[in-house]
This record gives sequence, C-alpha cells and structure tokens, in this order.
Amino acid sequence: MDLGINVFEVFIYLVGFIAFAAANAAYLVWVERKGAAHIQRRTGPKEVGPYGLLQPLADGAKLMSKQFIIPEGVDRPLFLLAPIMTMVPAIMIFVTIPFSETILARDFNIGLLMILAFASVNVLALLMGGWASRNKYAVISAARVVSQNIAYEIPMLIIAITIVLITGSMNLTEIVAGQAGGILHWNLLPTNGNFLGPITFIIFFICSMAETNRAPFDLGEAESELIAGFHTEYSSMGFGLFFMGEYANIVIAAALTTILFLGGWYSPLPETIPYAGASSVAWFLVKMYLLIWMVVLIRWTYPRVTLWSLLNLSWKILIPFSLFNLLASAGLVKFLG
Amino acid sequence: MSSQPLSQNQEYFELNLGPQHPATHGVLRVKLLMDGEYIVDAEPVLGYIHRMHELMGENRSWAQYLPNMGRLDYLSALSYNLGYVELVEKMAGIEVPERAEYIRVITTEMNRISSHLLWFGAFVLDLGGFTPLLYAFDDREQILDLLESVTGSRLTYCYYLFGGCYNDVEDDFLSGCLAFIKRMRTRLPMYHNLVTKNVILRQRLEGVGPVSAEMCRKYGATGPVLRGSGIHYDLRKNEPYSIYPELDFDVPVYPEGDSMARFMVRMDEMEQSMRIIEQAIAKIPEGPVMAEKVPKMIKPAAGDYYHAVEAARGTFAIRAVSDGKNQAYRMKLRSPTFSNLSLFQEASRGMLLADGLAFMGSLDLVIPEIDR
Repeated sequence: MDLGINVFEVFIYLVGFIAFAAANAAYLVWVERKGAAHIQRRTGPKEVGPYGLLQPLADGAKLMSKQFIIPEGVDRPLFLLAPIMTMVPAIMIFVTIPFSETILARDFNIGLLMILAFASVNVLALLMGGWASRNKYAVISAARVVSQNIAYEIPMLIIAITIVLITGSMNLTEIVAGQAGGILHWNLLPTNGNFLGPITFIIFFICSMAETNRAPFDLGEAESELIAGFHTEYSSMGFGLFFMGEYANIVIAAALTTILFLGGWYSPLPETIPYAGASSVAWFLVKMYLLIWMVVLIRWTYPRVTLWSLLNLSWKILIPFSLFNLLASAGLVKFLG
Repeated sequence: MSSQPLSQNQEYFELNLGPQHPATHGVLRVKLLMDGEYIVDAEPVLGYIHRMHELMGENRSWAQYLPNMGRLDYLSALSYNLGYVELVEKMAGIEVPERAEYIRVITTEMNRISSHLLWFGAFVLDLGGFTPLLYAFDDREQILDLLESVTGSRLTYCYYLFGGCYNDVEDDFLSGCLAFIKRMRTRLPMYHNLVTKNVILRQRLEGVGPVSAEMCRKYGATGPVLRGSGIHYDLRKNEPYSIYPELDFDVPVYPEGDSMARFMVRMDEMEQSMRIIEQAIAKIPEGPVMAEKVPKMIKPAAGDYYHAVEAARGTFAIRAVSDGKNQAYRMKLRSPTFSNLSLFQEASRGMLLADGLAFMGSLDLVIPEIDR
C-alpha cells in the first residue's frame, strides 16, 4: 500500500519538475527577450499571442521540427550524450530544492552537497559537447568553460561551507528554518548575527552567475568571439537542450541563493501581517524571480570580460576573500554563537 | 604564411575567422594561427566580395561612375561621393556655388556622425555588450531620416553632382539637423556615463592593441587609428578642401595608441562634427546649388590627378589618369580601412583571441571598402 502512494508521488514530482524546468526555460527566454527589449527600447516578441506570450511555444515547435544534424567526423556517442547530460542533472537538482515546507520531493540531510555535486556535472557536459563537435571554436569554448567553472566552483564551495558553518546544517529545509521570523533574520543581512552576510552573498551571487555561464561571464558562448561556443555544431533539440539546461541552471542558482540567503519561503514581513506575512511558496518564487530578473538586467548592461580578468577575479579576489570569510565566520561561530 | 618559425614542441592550430563570423561584420576572412587562446599570426584574406570598382572606373564615363562611390564604404558614403566629385571638378575646372559647398559639408558631417554611431554600437557589441547598439541605431535613424529627406536614399547616397548638389535643402532639413544635434548633446554624455566609464570596457580597451605612430606610418594607417596614436593628421586641416578652412573645429588626438584611444577619438569626433554642422548651418548663404555651366560630357584634359578627403575612417584618395576622353584611363582608389587592416597582422601577434577581436573592432573595418 505504502509503495503505491510513493510511486504515485514520485511520478507527480518527476513530471512536475520536468514541466517546471521546461516551462521556466521557455518563459525565461520570453522574459529575457522582453526584458532586453525593454532595456533597449524595443518591443520584443509581440506577434505570436498576446504580448508574444506564445512565442516560446512557437520557438519550441520550430526547434523540435528541425533536423538534428550530426556533422561528419564528430564523436557520435559523446555528441549525442552531451545535451542530455546538461539537462538530467538540472532536473535531478530540483528534487532537493524545497519550494516550501510542504512542496519538496525529498528531504535530504545533505541537500546542499547534492546540489553542488550535480551542478558540477554540467561542466562535463559542456566539455563533452565542445570536444565531440570537432570544431575549433567549440574546443576553445570547452576549454574556457572548464577553466572558468573550476575557478568559480572553489569560492562557491567555500561559501557553501561558510553557510553550513553558520547554520550548522546541510539540510536545505533546516537552513531555511534557521532564517524564520522576517527579513532581519535572513543570512543575507548582518542583523542575523553574522555581519559577514552581505559579503558572503555577493561572492556567492557572482560565482553562481559565472557557474551558469551568464553574461558578463558568458565566455563559453561569446558569440562575437566563438560564434556559439560549445553548441556551435548543435541544431534542433540538441541546441534546445543546451538552452533549456542553461535556463534550468539559472533557476537552480536563483533558488539556491534564495534558500541560502533570502530566507526561502519565509515572508520578509513580520508574521502578524495577514496574507503577506505568511510564509508560502509564493514568497519563494517572488524572491527567485527577482534574482533571475537581476541576472537578466546584468546581462543586458555589461560587456563581456576576458578570460584572464575572469580568472583573476576568481583566483586573486574571490577565493582569498571567501577563505578569509570562512575563517572569520568560523571565529564568529566559535566565540559569539 | 607565418613569419615566425614553428618550434618543434609547440603545437599551433589554424583558426578560420570568417568569411562568416559574427565579429568581422562582413565577409572578411582572417586566417589565424593560434597557440591556445593566443594569436601567433593573423593573415587577412581578402577577395570574397571583390567587385572591381577600379576597373569599373576605367570603362564607364565620369558621371556613370558616381554611384559606385556609395558602394565602397556604405556607412559614410557621402565622404566618398565628395572625394570623387571634387576630383572631377578639379579636373574639369568646374566652380561649385558656395551654398552647395555648405550643403555638402553639412550632409557629409551628418554622415560621419551616423557612421561613428554605427561603429560605436557594433564595437561594444563585439565586446559582448548588446544594448548600446540599439541606442546608437536609434540616433542613427534620425540622421538617416534627415538625409533621406534630401538625398532620397538612406545608405548608398549619390547626392552630389559635378558642380553642386542634386537638389537644394529646405529649412526643415537644417532645423532638423539642429534638433538632432540638440538631442545628441544629451545622448553623448549618457554614452560616456554608461559605456566609456564602464570598468569592464576600460579593462578590455586600455593598453590593448597598441599601435605606434611608426606602425601607422609603415602601413599607411590614417583617420582615427592614426589620431589615436598621437599624430595630429586630419585632411580637413592638413590639406583643406571645400569650406573646412572657414570653420572652427578641433582634431581630437590621443597619444596612447591603444583601443581606448581610438574609441575616444571617434567619440570626440562626433562632437566636433556637430560643431562643424552648427557653424555651417549658421553661415549657409542663399543661392544656387548647381554650377551654371556644367558640360554634359566631361572630358578633362589629359593628365594625372589626385584628390583626397577625410572620410570617417581615414584618408580616402583617388588618383585618376585622364587621356582626355570621357572616361578615366586609370582609376586608383586609396581606401582607408585597407591600410588600417594591414597593420592587424603585425599588431595582433601575441594577443588573446578576445583582445584581437576587440582590436579589430577598434579599427572600424568596413569590408566592401577594403575589398573593392
């Protein structure tokens, strides 16, 4: 009996997460295009459906109906596997993300560790795709992506350790629970008792943007240098999966930032205020999409950095700062907490 | 191809940048020899859109050749028109009425601003910043609308005729130019605030792609590239033509020689062009816009003629040899970006790919004019 309910639940969550990831990917593209259009004083998509809302569906249909070209001389197994490998870990990660106290697929003790572990699979997929394509631009891009992701994984992990140190848990539900009681208790703010919160947040945010290969850190794609980077040779849904994987990763990064720093599903307002003060999945989504909107704004505002300055930023600034931050936080926990 | 010997243990690879590549803005192909991300050697390969413009000049009449000028550098076509009509006027001894000269200067300078605006957008696009392109296009659109109202076309102008201009401008056009300048005076500071002062942009341009004055001399680089290397050389001042001597303007010169210097030269030139237009509009006299006696069939006396103008990208010169017939015996066009591109091979050695492309963008290449 018990088993039947579980299978049903697993099925619901699986379908739900895949649908959530796909819908997010599709509509974040719409948001991105509309947002970019707004920033650039254009209209953006407007022909397909009201406000161009059906544009993502049309794009999806177009991508699916196109021929998937496998160029001659590519490493076939790797070439076919790479797009799948960007998407699968992204969906796996959604399993661990608690959207609210009740909406979570699995309550892991080591949820944070699992997210970071699966997130680092992505770089392997990009390397595989770039390498298997037998395209020089794709190979350069793959090499860039690997060095970039390795450089930014280190400060990100150090920040994750810092958070674990402060909250005393790797369980994402518990990390959020530790931030209950309004905006002043969030890990983001110094009022939480840890005055290094803002620095931790900024480092984490920069790293998550670099990890998801977003502009101004989109060196892997760098369309004015490397044409389309690692997915130059991909067409049809091969490209579509890379694209969806990118947006799924942005959602994950924003969700993780929300959980670690912005109090997850808790309302920023005191609980005494009716409706707005209640904690719910709506608050989680609001925070998450605000972060995503910020990422969109940054993309359409700044030019791209070069690989060297990107790596310098990580190795010379972010890693020393995050290490210092870790030590200081440890000291705070030891002597004050 | 490579002037550097390949060492035994070093593995280089060739990278074809173009002829279809988003950063070359046209069909330029650069054969790169790469050491990882570093450029070992860069050889520009031309000829993909060669249209034999020079030969065309030798088998059609002087007047028939006029529309070709708009097809060289399609972004600042009027400068090329100006260079050619002034050459033919010099050859045939045609006097141009003063009003026509003023109109020519106003329209040419408007065209220069529109060309620099497009470069500005495309250059920041090369650096990965997409947004300024649309803003620059917005401004450029105003110029195109204004120029369309007098010339009838938006890009490949053919407005000047031997002895004057195709038609007179109306006061609407002149006031429209002034309104555009007023608008542009608020837009340029915005661009400086948002783009020039951006940390990432400065990091990518400062010290990148140094071009020395010596290198410019060696390859014949002119225009903003030369002025970005500290040489005060502008044909509007150095070999004055048309009514430029009567107008007061500065030549922006930056001594650094890096991409940032070239960037700043062009940004400042837009301001200077606006000054020129304002003065010209204030001074423009009434009168005819065409010389009265222009022969239908122009047959210049046999001889060797040369005329050069300052186009948006540098010195555009024509050398025409006439044997007294209705068409040129020999036509040689000297286009600025051909020379500016030539120094890419030497200057880009040892650069990162990303810096190399930023450097290429700072040269402001227009391919149909390199490959004419």
